[in-house]
Amino acid sequence: MKFPARRRFSPLRLYTLLLIAWLLLPIAVMIVFGFNDVHGKQNFRWEGFTLRWYTHLFAKPDLTTAALNSLTIAALSTAMATALGTPLGLALARHRFRGRGTATAVLFLVIACPDLVMGASLLSMFVTFDVPRGYPTILAAHTMVATAFVATTVRARAVSLDPSLEEAAEDLGATAWPRFRLITLPLITPGILAGALLAFVLSIDDFVIANFTSGTTLTFPLWIWASTRTGTPPQVNVLGTLIFAIATALAALAGIRGSRTQRKPASRAPRSADAVGR
Amino acid sequence: MTSPQAPAVELAGVAKTYRSGTTAVRGLDLTVHEGEFFSLLGPSGCGKTTTLRLIAGFEEPTAGEVRLHGTRVTGVPAHRRDVNTVFQSYALFPHLSVFENVAFGLRRRRVPRGEIAARVGAMLETVELTGLERRRPRELSGGQQQRVALARALVNRPRALLLDEPLGALDLRLRQAMQVSLKRIQREVGLTFVYVTHDQGEALTMSDRIAVLNDGRIEQVGTPREVYERPATRFAASFVGTSNLLAGEVAEVAAGRAVVVHGADGRIEVPVRGAVARGRRLELAVRPEKISLGRARPGGGLCGVRGTVTEVVYLGTATNYNVTTSAGADVVVFRQNAASADEVAARGDEVWLSWEPDHSYALETAR
Repeated sequence: MKFPARRRFSPLRLYTLLLIAWLLLPIAVMIVFGFNDVHGKQNFRWEGFTLRWYTHLFAKPDLTTAALNSLTIAALSTAMATALGTPLGLALARHRFRGRGTATAVLFLVIACPDLVMGASLLSMFVTFDVPRGYPTILAAHTMVATAFVATTVRARAVSLDPSLEEAAEDLGATAWPRFRLITLPLITPGILAGALLAFVLSIDDFVIANFTSGTTLTFPLWIWASTRTGTPPQVNVLGTLIFAIATALAALAGIRGSRTQRKPASRAPRSADAVGR
Repeated sequence: MTSPQAPAVELAGVAKTYRSGTTAVRGLDLTVHEGEFFSLLGPSGCGKTTTLRLIAGFEEPTAGEVRLHGTRVTGVPAHRRDVNTVFQSYALFPHLSVFENVAFGLRRRRVPRGEIAARVGAMLETVELTGLERRRPRELSGGQQQRVALARALVNRPRALLLDEPLGALDLRLRQAMQVSLKRIQREVGLTFVYVTHDQGEALTMSDRIAVLNDGRIEQVGTPREVYERPATRFAASFVGTSNLLAGEVAEVAAGRAVVVHGADGRIEVPVRGAVARGRRLELAVRPEKISLGRARPGGGLCGVRGTVTEVVYLGTATNYNVTTSAGADVVVFRQNAASADEVAARGDEVWLSWEPDHSYALETAR
């Protein structure tokens, strides 16, 4: 960041630009074909510019439902996984208890297990216990996998904390709850956020596990998969573009905030007196 | 300062064995007076930090009891004990500003807002950090962080301040400057300091009294002068400063002094406490700066031991002579390079070492 700008040509610069272009190309194609004025069923050839798909974004009710399913499942599973995974990660980092090793191994297994195996075994479990497949089973499956990710990131963050921080808080008169709320929680928040972000992305992206556990419910990826046989409508590109735009905006916001706290934190602590209120 | 005899911290038969089976502290009896700068000095693993944690309330003793200002505090959690700790790692809250770090304890005790601002401001002035209120700990130098940690503890006006090697992470120059300002602050606020260190120089410089700890036990408690001039045990003698250890057989005992024969012609008089049997082997110690070098056998009741100079080390302000005595003991003699800069002896010279009988001290034999 602080290096003087180098205007000179360098192979590294060229390589970086090519790499970024290569990574962005599929996304560019997705965005461009959202403006494609297609008339047939296939959206593969450029036929002219239109905003039709943006104005008729919700013209396909089943696509809208699938997209809403995906978004709500991602949001709900992220929320639940964060609530379950955070204490789990903290406990694994802080305390030595019977079953700690087993718990760590199980978390690792959930993360390492191929989605196909996970999906297939979940399906046989739901069938065995006669659980009807649908929205709740997708939500349960995603929550389970995401919990492992949140617990792992929180644990990694919590073990890196100096244990005397909590002792210092205790020494200064803080009981258990204020110690957690004022010291531990703010310090593990980056771990919680990283885990939550992973959970959300994995859920919204998931096809394999959902395919096994969805029953007749459709999520966004499942709907697209089903549509490929007859032709994927440009609304899919538009939805993809919008999700991408929101994600980029959020990432940019986080980046700006992050760099501001690092560069001149002195300038943004005016109301810190209230931050730690009673 | 209140009456100097009121005990601020008392340990009675305190022992601590961890669940893992390691025993850190093996029965300590200690009294720290009100307003005193008291150091726990010892090598790493001697139990000094555990002792501090027992006083702070982070650990509970497995035997004995801790009393703060006469009140037994066994079972009282750390957040309800009227003492504060300065941690070795400082343990500053990284997400809070300097101001909020220092104000943390006052907010927990629901001190009114205006008073918090005033007290934090005054405390930051005492530790010379005014103007850095809004900084985060990671934007401060090591010495500044150290002073924030100190201010954060002191602002609560605890009845005793516990410091766990607070200067350990600083470089030598800063450490020496901080020693002076710590002592100044302690005098200004008139507070009881319990100070843990492995640095004997630090303990000697700042303390009113020192407890020398080894392997979970107290070896000696005394003023810096007592501990340095009259080490009670072999460990205390070797851990605090440099000591020359000499041994010999007791030839006679009279008027609180024993005469010890060292080698063929060495004769050492040493003060002893209690009865010492003739013929017993006695170990004694002499500090390097108490010994004089000479060509002839000393007279006038001085102790005298013959030896050969094995090394002469020029140090600028002083010269160290390494001498091996006729009985084979290695002795270091420290001689100021005063008016005459000439070396009094060279390598290979036969010399007589001499010192006043009161400058050597008998060591308690191993427990």
